[in-house]
Amino acid sequence: MGSAARDDIEFRSVTKAYGAVTAVRNISLNVPKGAFLALLGPSGCGKTTCLRMIGGFEQPTSGEVLIAGSGMNGVPPYRRPVNMVFQHYALFPHFNVEQNVAYGLRQMRPRIPAQEIKRRVGEALEMVRLGGFANRRIHEMSGGQQQRVALARALVNRPSVLLLDEPLAALDKKLRSAMQIELQTLQRELGITFVLVTHDQEEALSMADLVCVMSGGAIKQLGAPQDVYDRPADLFVADFVGKTNHIQATLEADGRTLRLPDGSALDVGAERNIGAGETTLAIRPEAIRLTPGGEPRGEGFAGTVTHRIFLGSSVEYSVSVPALGDFLVTADRSTDEGQLVEPGQSVRLGFDPAAAHLFPASHAAQPEGNTHGQQT
Amino acid sequence: MVTAMLLGPAAAWLVVFLVLPFIAIIVFSFGERAPEGGYQPAFTLAQFANLGARAAAFANTLTLAPIGALACLLVAYPVAYYLAVKADPRHRMLLVSLVVVPFWTSMLVRTYAWMYLLGGRGIPHLLDLVGFSDVRLLNTPGAVLLGIVYGYLPLMILPIYVSLEKLDRRLLEASADLGAHPFSTFFGITVPLSLPGVMTGIALVTILLLGEYLIPQLLGGGKVFFIGNALVDLFLQSRNWPFGSAIAVTLVAVVVMVLLIAMRIAWRVAGTRQVDLM
Ligand SMILES: Nc1ncnc2c1ncn2[C@@H]1O[C@H](COP(=O)(O)OP(=O)(O)OP(=O)(O)O)[C@@H](O)[C@H]1O
Ligand SMILES: [Mg+2]
Repeated sequence: MGSAARDDIEFRSVTKAYGAVTAVRNISLNVPKGAFLALLGPSGCGKTTCLRMIGGFEQPTSGEVLIAGSGMNGVPPYRRPVNMVFQHYALFPHFNVEQNVAYGLRQMRPRIPAQEIKRRVGEALEMVRLGGFANRRIHEMSGGQQQRVALARALVNRPSVLLLDEPLAALDKKLRSAMQIELQTLQRELGITFVLVTHDQEEALSMADLVCVMSGGAIKQLGAPQDVYDRPADLFVADFVGKTNHIQATLEADGRTLRLPDGSALDVGAERNIGAGETTLAIRPEAIRLTPGGEPRGEGFAGTVTHRIFLGSSVEYSVSVPALGDFLVTADRSTDEGQLVEPGQSVRLGFDPAAAHLFPASHAAQPEGNTHGQQT
Repeated sequence: MVTAMLLGPAAAWLVVFLVLPFIAIIVFSFGERAPEGGYQPAFTLAQFANLGARAAAFANTLTLAPIGALACLLVAYPVAYYLAVKADPRHRMLLVSLVVVPFWTSMLVRTYAWMYLLGGRGIPHLLDLVGFSDVRLLNTPGAVLLGIVYGYLPLMILPIYVSLEKLDRRLLEASADLGAHPFSTFFGITVPLSLPGVMTGIALVTILLLGEYLIPQLLGGGKVFFIGNALVDLFLQSRNWPFGSAIAVTLVAVVVMVLLIAMRIAWRVAGTRQVDLM
């Protein structure tokens, strides 16, 4: 494909099997230099396995991983220009903070002078705002501080690629969002390619500039966060990235008239590029308009609010619509004129058909992995 | 209160079977031998002044016990490393039990077997057949050392195995990830983190060796004499209890000193106070 030198990481038809379990099936992927890639997917979909193949801790069963244009088959971890922030940090308990951070520099040949090591370790600790902690022991550091030691220990070696395996999973919500911003800033400043593994879709969307959604060991979609959210490739991606409402329906032969289970017809605007027949319509909660009061003959669907979740800046409603099922609707507080709808109240739901996605029903939703459906 | 009740039986047991006998030994060590043997009250340092008479036993014990423990360590570490790190986890328990099973037969029987192997009709006889005549193995320090390594190996392997087993594999991956050659990972991460097990093994084997009696007796003949042999001799043969007590007290003092020094070293190397010796 493209020129290899501009890609920091390339997967060429990589498959990894552990005995009978195929963790990664035939993945091809290019990550440009300086990108921030998020590997996103449910538990067991093969994210960690991909990361470990880049780090050199696992060898592909077939195919090849390339780093900065060179093939890595058979190259051990200690000869790869990548560093990893491990899921539980894996800091050395018998070293203090400074010794942990200096470890990688000490391994370099030709040797780096002690003075130089000390200076670079100091800089790295400043960078993660742990300036005064050089002599602390690891078990005297909080979770967030340990996370930053792990980050400094990896970055001090100036790798061309930094691998992060759910680095923020163990932190509380507030610290996590602070670290997300810090990581993103660091990545921009250093220009190092980051590969982040996460099963938190919000984290992936907010931090990365390239999101790779995986399921059952395969790539479902690779694209910018906005693309993945706005134009999901299939029902799995639509479900896994953000929240989605489904309507099972039948697409008529003209390619734009949808016959809904309640018997009504819905014009989906433009002709969609899928065959006629069983179809799933997916619509985001924030794309649905909710209007109080339910005259039965108005526009959209009549329903009843069953639950309300107040989220501060927005409100989530569960609305039960006869014959169509339950809908999740997100109302933005800044546009709803401060008017909260009470559970039990009748409402009408409407949406712009252009905001809806149609998928063939054979793409049946299986959000918990194991979807083997082909990619669109 | 509850703690006191729970600890009570153990404390009583310790007082009756450890503290009291030890006090008795200390008291004996300042006494005199009764004319017909045993102990007769006195307050004299004569027994301690006479320690020189058993200098050879002290010298043998204090050299062969640490050397034996070190030799054990050199053999045990690779075995423990293989069992804990390299062996297929499915066979691990089987292999570990193979290490322990020989321990279930009597030490006496196993040492006798070595006595035969090293004696005139054993290995020296075979060597004689291929042209090396007059090789003496039995009744040498080497034979005693061999017996020690053979007999105490499981005691060294097990604590090292345990500390290597619980070593977090991700630390080894992290080390490799940071550019360390497997060799540096082994000496920089694996060995330091297994030091608690190593120190436990060394302490265990050394302490037991200081009281060892059987191996020097059978494989060392009358020539390689341990403190344990001296004690048996003094308490059971010549019935010189005060002198035996003085030797025992001195031995305990030496052991305590060795332990303190070992702990110091372990703390310094492991960089933490959480080294448990026992
Ligand atoms: N060493 C191994 N031996 C056998 N099977 C393995 C091994 N490592 C992973 N697997 C299997 O491979 C699949 C992918 O695992 P992987 O760790 O890559 O998932 P993941 O996407 O990182 O999941 P999580 O979000 O739970 O960490 C899983 O089915 C897992 O059980
Ligand atoms: Mg994982």
